[in-house]
Amino acid sequence: MSLLSVENLVVRHGLLQAVRGVSFTIERGETLALVGANGAGKTTLLRAIAGAHQPAAGRLLLDGANLTSVPSHRRVGMGIALVPEGRKLFVQMTVEENLLLGRTAGRPGDWSVDKVLDMFPNLKPRRHARTGHLSGGEQQATAIGRALMSNPELLLLDEVSLGLSPLIVDRVYAALQGLIASGTTIILVEQDLNRALAVSDRVICMLEGRVALEGSSKAISREEVTKAYFGLHRKSSGSVPA
Amino acid sequence: MSNQIIQGILLGGYYALIACGLSFMFSVMRIINLAHGSLAVFSAYALWWLASRYHVSPFVGLLIVLPLMAAIGWALQRFLLERSARGGALLPILTTFGLAIVIDNLLFEQFGADTRSLAPYIGSLSYDSWEWPGSIYVGKLAVMMFATAIVLLGGLQLFLTHTRLGRSIRATSEDPDTAGLVGVDARRANAIAAAIAMVTVGLAGAFLGMRATFDPYAGAPQLLFAFEAAVIGGAGSLWGTLIGGIVLALAQTLGAQVHPQGFLIGGHAVFLVVLFVRLSASGLGLRDLLRLGKTS
Amino acid sequence: MSTLATMPVIERGTATSRIAAMAVALIIALLAIAPQFLSAGSVDRMTALFIYVILAAMWNALAGFGGLVSVGQQVFFGLGAYFAIRLADAGLNPFLALFASGLVVGVVSIPLSLFMLRLRNGEFAIGMWVIAALTHLLVNLDRLVQGETGTSLISLNVYDAGTRRATIYWLALASMTALLAILFGLLRGSTGAAIRAIRDNEDAAASVGVRVTGTKRLLFVLAAFGIGIAGALWLATSITFQPKTYFNVQWTAYMIFMVLVGGIGTFEGAILGALVFFLIETWFGGTGVWYLVGLGATAVVFSLFLPRGLWGTIEERFGLRLLPVGYRVRLAAADDDVTPSPQQTTMHQEKA
Repeated sequence: MSLLSVENLVVRHGLLQAVRGVSFTIERGETLALVGANGAGKTTLLRAIAGAHQPAAGRLLLDGANLTSVPSHRRVGMGIALVPEGRKLFVQMTVEENLLLGRTAGRPGDWSVDKVLDMFPNLKPRRHARTGHLSGGEQQATAIGRALMSNPELLLLDEVSLGLSPLIVDRVYAALQGLIASGTTIILVEQDLNRALAVSDRVICMLEGRVALEGSSKAISREEVTKAYFGLHRKSSGSVPA
Repeated sequence: MSNQIIQGILLGGYYALIACGLSFMFSVMRIINLAHGSLAVFSAYALWWLASRYHVSPFVGLLIVLPLMAAIGWALQRFLLERSARGGALLPILTTFGLAIVIDNLLFEQFGADTRSLAPYIGSLSYDSWEWPGSIYVGKLAVMMFATAIVLLGGLQLFLTHTRLGRSIRATSEDPDTAGLVGVDARRANAIAAAIAMVTVGLAGAFLGMRATFDPYAGAPQLLFAFEAAVIGGAGSLWGTLIGGIVLALAQTLGAQVHPQGFLIGGHAVFLVVLFVRLSASGLGLRDLLRLGKTS
Repeated sequence: MSTLATMPVIERGTATSRIAAMAVALIIALLAIAPQFLSAGSVDRMTALFIYVILAAMWNALAGFGGLVSVGQQVFFGLGAYFAIRLADAGLNPFLALFASGLVVGVVSIPLSLFMLRLRNGEFAIGMWVIAALTHLLVNLDRLVQGETGTSLISLNVYDAGTRRATIYWLALASMTALLAILFGLLRGSTGAAIRAIRDNEDAAASVGVRVTGTKRLLFVLAAFGIGIAGALWLATSITFQPKTYFNVQWTAYMIFMVLVGGIGTFEGAILGALVFFLIETWFGGTGVWYLVGLGATAVVFSLFLPRGLWGTIEERFGLRLLPVGYRVRLAAADDDVTPSPQQTTMHQEKA
């Protein structure tokens, strides 16, 4: 059984339909990359999976269990953790406190504050610093660590490289490779197409709230994705829209 | 004079007690509960009722009244404040104001206009005092009140920084949506915070009844005292409420020296002066001034 | 994605509103000659109703349009009565003193606004209450007032009871009409656009250049002036001045009740709320404490379940608008892709 099934999901922001009937599945241990232009609905989709948005229609199934109306804090206990866009740390609280918050409803497992600090050694001296005073890279590491502290089965990463220097991004991705190797299922939203294709097993390209292209990251060509990205490619007919 | 100063400082302990619940609820839920004072008076009446009717000492009565206050806080958040806060920042003011009117008048209906006091039920504690060097007499009750304030504020601080629940409450106060995404049940955290706030209100009500008299409409001045102490001292930490309470009490004591009617005037005046200085100096909103220090 | 696909029709008055305008003129004319036909008791009650309408409309101007919820408006009510006493004591004709007192209250509120308007939401609400409590204490210090014992507007006693009653009635009617007209004019004029922008979103209004503070100050001073007049009129009807009665927070409770029940932020709602309050008081005022419990409970229920109040709900349901203070945009059809919920339709199309 698939770990997560998304079925005809529709999410609205007021009058605006951000996600317009998206369906896909993800298997255990798989890494799925969501790509697409700004406003394509990637972040909304990810946040809906985490429970931050209530879908207007469609279903979410985790291991076959209906997740659609489960509140976000209970989804953490079911094994879903989100690293939100913009990191969304509790800036009045310390690194350690932010990490411990991740344990609030998490599943049993071997992630601990020390293990996170081993994974991101540059956080070690900042353990008792308020996260509001950290650099972007340190903040991103804390945000990832906070999500890991709940021992997630499905990790959702939203634009983890945004605003970071290439060097730091390399470091973050090296850490992600470790997670992937350990069998964590990951859905990541990434602007950098090369990185997205390199790290993932499968890629979904979104356009205006719909899935424009889906395929294996190894088999698919960069050109195909780029076309879908700009709406020059249609999955079914392949015709160019007017 | 030094005698008066010491009495003033000790009275500040009471104001800190009544202010800390108001300040706590504001920092967590961004709601100023206008029924705050009325709920403190309700607690005083509950203790008085237990004492006069069933001869339960007010200290034993707290074992019943404080859990009751916690339950009231929980229900208040779940059934009133949560719903009204969804309607914007202004609606909770109206809801809690309406609630204050209901509580005040129900108390009047039940207990009449007579002023009451818990003093007759606490034996000699209400008038016993210690003599300090320099022939200064300090009331045992006043010292107890001050010590309670310190223990309560310190306990709250430890709770907020060192327990999982405390961290959940702080996370919710900072960003309820993200708190949910990391696994914190924000509704539960808010309801627990409201319950804790009401326990402090219950304690404050007990001391209000022991150190003075109260009547059904005594809630409004208590709300004003709580608000003034919270604003005067609320620059950085929970301990600010204690400082605010002391400043308020000293200003009242000083006012009373100047004029027979000066007790309340002195308190209100120092509040407005502090407010004026802060607002002109910082240019910040009061929101920043009232905010509790998280970990200082 | 376009949400407004069709040409909107912008209109100001509606057929209903033109009929309503004529009805208003007729009602005022009828009220003006009413004392000829009413008993002395009824004239007094009607005077009270006019004062309630003033209180509701002024609190609504501040909270419903300015976004400033105050629980200390009794300060202006008390000051209105106090200054009237003071001015009459200084030798001013008592009827003139009523109006002059309102002006003084308005002037006093200007420096107060400089300070208080920097507070927001709950801080402003209780801050005003502190101001009211302090003012009450200071008024008590005036030897003329004699503390809580109070004093009276003695100079009014030179007029016989009938003249006094009718004059106060007409003054109250005239004050109410004038204040409502000022508010209506403000809301329809260029300030009105600013007021509505602030009501809907203060930060957004500021960012497009609306003078937020200036507009709020205008409403604050208008409300102070109006409530000051109401306090002075109340003094005229009851003659005696006890600070405790006039600086009582209950006056603000009444204002909040009337506006919440009638419909916060709607011009007609405040008037309707005053009428409802007047009837409830007439029928249940004698039940004492339970009456007050009922008022508080009703305020809680309305704030939780019907925050738009009676008039707001009527307006929403039926699109009815008797005294249009804004513009309305009617859309022929909505965008096909998205079906807006009724509430959203109202939000976007009916924003006055």
